[in-house]
Amino acid sequence: MSAFRTQTGGRIDRTRKVHFTFDGKTYEGLQGDTLASALLANGVHLLGRSFKYHRPRGILAAGSEEPNALVAVRRDEARYTPNLRATQVEIYDGLQAQSQNRWPSLRWDVGRINDLLSRFFPAGFYYKTFMWPKSAWKSLYEPVIRRAAGIGKSPTLPDPDRYAQRYAHCEVLIVGAGPAGIAAALQAAKTDARVIFCDEQSEMGGSLLSESAVSIDGLSAADWVAQSLVALARNPRVTLLPRTTAFGYFPHNLIGLNERVTEHLAQLPEHCARERLWQVRAGTVLLATGAIERPLVFAGNDRPGVMLAAAARTYLNRYGVRTGSRAVLVTANDAAYQAALDLGAAGVSIAAIVDVRKNPGGELHAAAHRAGIEIFAAGTVLGTRGSLRISGVQIGQVDGSGAVHFKRSIACDLLLMSGGHTPSVHLFSQSRGTLSWNEALESFLPGTPAENQRSIGACRGVYALSAVLEDGAAAIAPQRFTVTATVTSPSGWLGALPRPVDSHGAKAFVDWQHDVTVKDIQLATREGFHSIEHIKRFTTTGMATDQGKTSNLNALAIASDRLQKPIPEIGLTTFRMPFTPTTFGSFAGLSRGDLFDPVRRTPVHPWAAQRGAVFEDVSLWKRARYFPVGDEDMHAAVNRECVAVRSGCGIFDASTLGKIEIVGPDAATFLNRLYVNNWSTLAVGRSRYGILLRDDGFIYDDGVIARTATDRFHVTTTTGGAARVLGMMEDYRQTEWTDLKVWLTSTTEQWSVIAVQGPNSRRVLEGLVTGVDLSAAAMPHMSVARGAIGGVPVLLFRVSFTGELGFEVNVPSTHGQAVWEQIFAAGQAHGITPYGTEAMHVLRAEKGYIIVGQDTDGTVTPDDAGLSWAIGKAKPDFVGKRSLQRPSMQAPERKQLVGLINVGSNVPLNEGAQVVETRAQAVPMTMIGHVTSSYYSAVLGKPIALALIAGGRARMGQRLYIPMPGGELEVQVTAPVFYDLEGARIHA
Amino acid sequence: MTRQRFSALSLFLRGLSRHRSWQIQWRKPTPKPAYDAVIVGGGGHGLGAAYYLAAEHGMTNIAVLEKSWIGGGNTGRNTTIIRSNYLFDESAALYDHSVKLWEDLAQVLNYNVMFSPRGVMMLAHTVHDMQSAQRHIHANRCNGVDNEWLTPEQAKEFCPALNIGSNIRYPVLGAALQRRGGTARHDAVAWGYARAADALGVDIIENCEVTGMIRDPSGAIAGLETSRGEIRTRKVGVSAAGNTSVVMRLAGVDLPLESYPLQALVSEPIKPVFPCVVMSNTVHAYISQSDKGELVIGAGTDAYTSYTQRGALHINNHTLDAICELFPMFRRMRMLRNWGGIVDVTPDRSPIIAKTPVPGLYVNCGWGTGGFKATPGSAHVFAWTIARDEPHPINAAFNIERFREGRLIGEAAAAAVAH
Amino acid sequence: MLIIDCPYCGKRPEIEFSYGGQAHIARPVQPADYDDEQWTGFLYMRSNERGMRAERWRHVRGCGRFFNALRDTTTDQFHGSYKVGEPRP
Repeated sequence: MSAFRTQTGGRIDRTRKVHFTFDGKTYEGLQGDTLASALLANGVHLLGRSFKYHRPRGILAAGSEEPNALVAVRRDEARYTPNLRATQVEIYDGLQAQSQNRWPSLRWDVGRINDLLSRFFPAGFYYKTFMWPKSAWKSLYEPVIRRAAGIGKSPTLPDPDRYAQRYAHCEVLIVGAGPAGIAAALQAAKTDARVIFCDEQSEMGGSLLSESAVSIDGLSAADWVAQSLVALARNPRVTLLPRTTAFGYFPHNLIGLNERVTEHLAQLPEHCARERLWQVRAGTVLLATGAIERPLVFAGNDRPGVMLAAAARTYLNRYGVRTGSRAVLVTANDAAYQAALDLGAAGVSIAAIVDVRKNPGGELHAAAHRAGIEIFAAGTVLGTRGSLRISGVQIGQVDGSGAVHFKRSIACDLLLMSGGHTPSVHLFSQSRGTLSWNEALESFLPGTPAENQRSIGACRGVYALSAVLEDGAAAIAPQRFTVTATVTSPSGWLGALPRPVDSHGAKAFVDWQHDVTVKDIQLATREGFHSIEHIKRFTTTGMATDQGKTSNLNALAIASDRLQKPIPEIGLTTFRMPFTPTTFGSFAGLSRGDLFDPVRRTPVHPWAAQRGAVFEDVSLWKRARYFPVGDEDMHAAVNRECVAVRSGCGIFDASTLGKIEIVGPDAATFLNRLYVNNWSTLAVGRSRYGILLRDDGFIYDDGVIARTATDRFHVTTTTGGAARVLGMMEDYRQTEWTDLKVWLTSTTEQWSVIAVQGPNSRRVLEGLVTGVDLSAAAMPHMSVARGAIGGVPVLLFRVSFTGELGFEVNVPSTHGQAVWEQIFAAGQAHGITPYGTEAMHVLRAEKGYIIVGQDTDGTVTPDDAGLSWAIGKAKPDFVGKRSLQRPSMQAPERKQLVGLINVGSNVPLNEGAQVVETRAQAVPMTMIGHVTSSYYSAVLGKPIALALIAGGRARMGQRLYIPMPGGELEVQVTAPVFYDLEGARIHA
Repeated sequence: MTRQRFSALSLFLRGLSRHRSWQIQWRKPTPKPAYDAVIVGGGGHGLGAAYYLAAEHGMTNIAVLEKSWIGGGNTGRNTTIIRSNYLFDESAALYDHSVKLWEDLAQVLNYNVMFSPRGVMMLAHTVHDMQSAQRHIHANRCNGVDNEWLTPEQAKEFCPALNIGSNIRYPVLGAALQRRGGTARHDAVAWGYARAADALGVDIIENCEVTGMIRDPSGAIAGLETSRGEIRTRKVGVSAAGNTSVVMRLAGVDLPLESYPLQALVSEPIKPVFPCVVMSNTVHAYISQSDKGELVIGAGTDAYTSYTQRGALHINNHTLDAICELFPMFRRMRMLRNWGGIVDVTPDRSPIIAKTPVPGLYVNCGWGTGGFKATPGSAHVFAWTIARDEPHPINAAFNIERFREGRLIGEAAAAAVAH
Repeated sequence: MLIIDCPYCGKRPEIEFSYGGQAHIARPVQPADYDDEQWTGFLYMRSNERGMRAERWRHVRGCGRFFNALRDTTTDQFHGSYKVGEPRP
């Protein structure tokens, strides 16, 4: 047992030794230790180096507010986590911790030179220099600054751990399991309420876990906590969540909790998430988040061995660790005396108590007096000594005139300090409750809440234990407690401690981690940064990984003093989530890989996959892009597939097309008002190509629409447009045209769509389809009929997106693959070839059929796309019609869809390539359009392209140019149809 | 007034005297009864406009009114990405004008705004993304804006943390890289413009909220009512980002704007690991690493309009899903701070920098999620517009009339329509 | 994530809804009668209130119905919701 571990007491398990390493050296701790308490038990106080000056730093606190003691923890190669607080890391056998931001070692860090040159690196120095020569910022200064900045190192391998997420509802959520929280939970448990009760620490109990000298209802603090938790744990309506931080408060009482599930375990259980994100919707939120002890600001207050008084008391009473052998306490309140008394009783020599108050008093003061501890009233600290650990302190006193005099130097290896308490109003502020400044307590306290919520206990400035318990209980129902505890009066000190007027040089830290000193804040105010937000941003105070938990109020007070304005006028920075740093992975949860977004697969997908199809992502769908045979590349496969369709027969899975069933007596009227086309004239059993605009006049979607009965239409949409088109239709149906009797149903997933295309397609289907005469006379282009294939009812479209004779077989999805296989088998005799989206694109481009989103882009009108013919001219209105009448929509220089053919080259143009009118233009060129689609046409034996060109239809035959990095390409404008110009094949 | 020069030498010399002789960076003047022009909104765009009015148009009897503290709106709340690889000629000209000004801004202002051309890489995850990226690259090249295509392997070489494997939902198929793009230090932009404008005589008045607009009998602007009294002026330039609708309504001018929450977040600081900016529109995330070492991460806006400056948890979660997909080694990193801004969005997602129907009233708004990158260029042409009562050629197309005429500058429409 | 009160289904979390923008912008019965200025107003001009706002939501992953709600855009707190066609309370 180390010299710093007490013989008895504390909440560690003295029978279970735990071995861990810090910077490669093995240490022994006890089960229940944090990394901080275990290192302190081994006499290790030096844990890290500061951000800017690389000053040696130890452990300031015992909880999540710790600014200094940041370490990296490495479980294995892939489980490396930087910037963890040693005060929150629970040790386990085999834990490997490393110090950060030092080179070559923690004890000998060359970065320390920054401290010696620090007078040339005041706050915001980087805004004033590194500007010459200009090029050196990127090549020299910034890389150097970046290497110096940062604290820990990034993990280097993908994180193998899993993260879980959970939603929960409760009537009462209690955040913080100190006395107020437990008292409230006990009362809530007596009601019917579902209660969720969380605390960020490994054990619930809060400050009571560090109490040695109080009793509640006749029990010791520890026993009262234990008894209470047992009672709560037995209640099935109460969920206890230790190791769970309420990190964020969102509108409408949604609280984000982060539960650390496995981080404290030596052996990771299989199938267990590392962390769990809870999203809790609570009826009432009780914030029992306590208060954080505030450090004092004096020269040299950052040396290892300078520690908050309550932290030293926690290390002693909770972990059985003496944090030094000879201590001095500097305090601005009574309560911290308890730390001196407890440490003294545990064998630590208390060299002196420096009380900054003029007339300290109270029970604890008397007790310290009785214990023979020397007490300096109206005291202050002028400086400290020591390199890697404090070795002494210079004490001063303030005389009646306010002058500060040196009093004495005292040797010590531990300096305890307490500047009073800062209520933890972070979550209250996150919830957008208004904070109000309490002059008596010198604190911001919760004012008017914005949600159904209540702050209880120390987080609203209630400190006496009996009052805290009663405050907690009263949030649910009043309750009296019998408490034996020393009465102390809350008081504190804000800002820098008194010091001689001529003191300079030594650094008095306000923000430990970011090395912000009193002088930095003074410099900020001198340079005109007067709002606290400006001060924060200029000096970076409060912006470190502790987000100013120990520093914000001192920084405010120093600015207030400097600007001679009251603290509330300087302002308080807004608290933002998260309360403490929270793992990215926990927010992402299971949303990775295939669970990142739903994957939609068609019924034919397994067949295509087995066939070796290469798939592409189109919105959420996986679509077969091409079906390579042997070692074909995409171009070879696509060429083969295209030729097969044009010369024989192809089969294509069009199931991803959106499908909407529109039913009702006003179905045709509804479509008339939405789509540009005239639907009244469409006969039952016929279909038509429809174009949908938004009211701004630009093409939104397109697709074939069939009339399957007088009052029934089968609408198809683009693959990506299905949901938004249905949403748009519902919007008009429900909110604009409420008089129409019409119903809409998405049937995308109900139908599989098998396109059978090519001159042989009728032959393939003839033997299969029953109940339909497929002859050209009986079933012409754009007709629709109901029939069956192998007994499965089908809705058969004679329709073509290839320009060939073609059919689309709509079949109930459950039979999609079976029918596909039947058609494929029947097609063998006719050379049936599966083709993918890429061949489909080529085939439709050969015919000049557009793809919405590729040949249009949200700035294209029907006329631009050459689709004016589709517009129902006699209709008084349709969505988008009015916008088409705006002057610029009719301008002759609008970009219009045309075809382009290469002049003197057989290489397809780049899609997206820009088109210019004349050769050899200087940059910036005058671009008149761009290539929207471009393919090699195997059937034509040459490349083809579609393009949107300014005034394109008036340019037929014109030569234009495409400037490419390697030189200009020449093209000729043609009509956007390249194959079967007279359109005979489609009517075969 | 003479301005202290910032330099390594001045820092050294004043360091010897313990930095006691640094001057205030901008004065704290009380408002004068009248100015030649007043800018409403003390963000980067407003302060920049004031600077250029003074520096290039000789208008030094002017003021910037800020209802809170300067640089506290979107200027100080964004992810600081700078790029100009926009599709349309008008946009490319505007944003590239800005990038060119960024390149010299530290020297011009004598304030290190830390413009860092680290390269902005925009990922393609689908065939449609690739087509869109190619269209941008070709258009940019013809406009003299650098932008180049990278294969997945080249993208990974440029950004080693990037996952180009096929084990993610939308594998990376390539990327468009603008090498001149990068980041800058947001606060320094506001302070640098403020200090430089102040040195030219501009009054920067904080904690001064505009409560009314005074019009003369002809309807033209005659002055402003503010929380610090009445100020007479014949020219008012409004540059109030998310609050533009509210300010412009004081003059009875309605604009096609809606204000949405936009979240961003940073990780705890780490040593250099991320050498560039990576953006993905398909999986909705962008990321860079600040000089301080934090990973700076942003995403799309929340769904609904709001002035609360905070966003929803599920939006934040989706952003981090995307980051963890693309950069699985960052899954163990921790979020340090999340915050929200209010972005004002126009129907075509392009800004308005223009005269208004009210004589003497000018507006610069509608930057959506892209305002920071445009700060110098926008401020520069806005100053021109105010000083000359006519738009600079670069911002002529960014007028209000385009919505009536249907001459939209549809950057988002051009990029984002899926098929 | 907001809690939104669907007049048909009750209170549900925001992810069940899609946002529909400002409420009470009626599409003209005869758009052809609108001049360019009026049409532009219908298409694009929005009040963008800082404060109480009537807005449209659709319970898209629920009953599918559109409805209107009043929300304070400075706090994101709702102050009631009502069916399409009903006047703003």
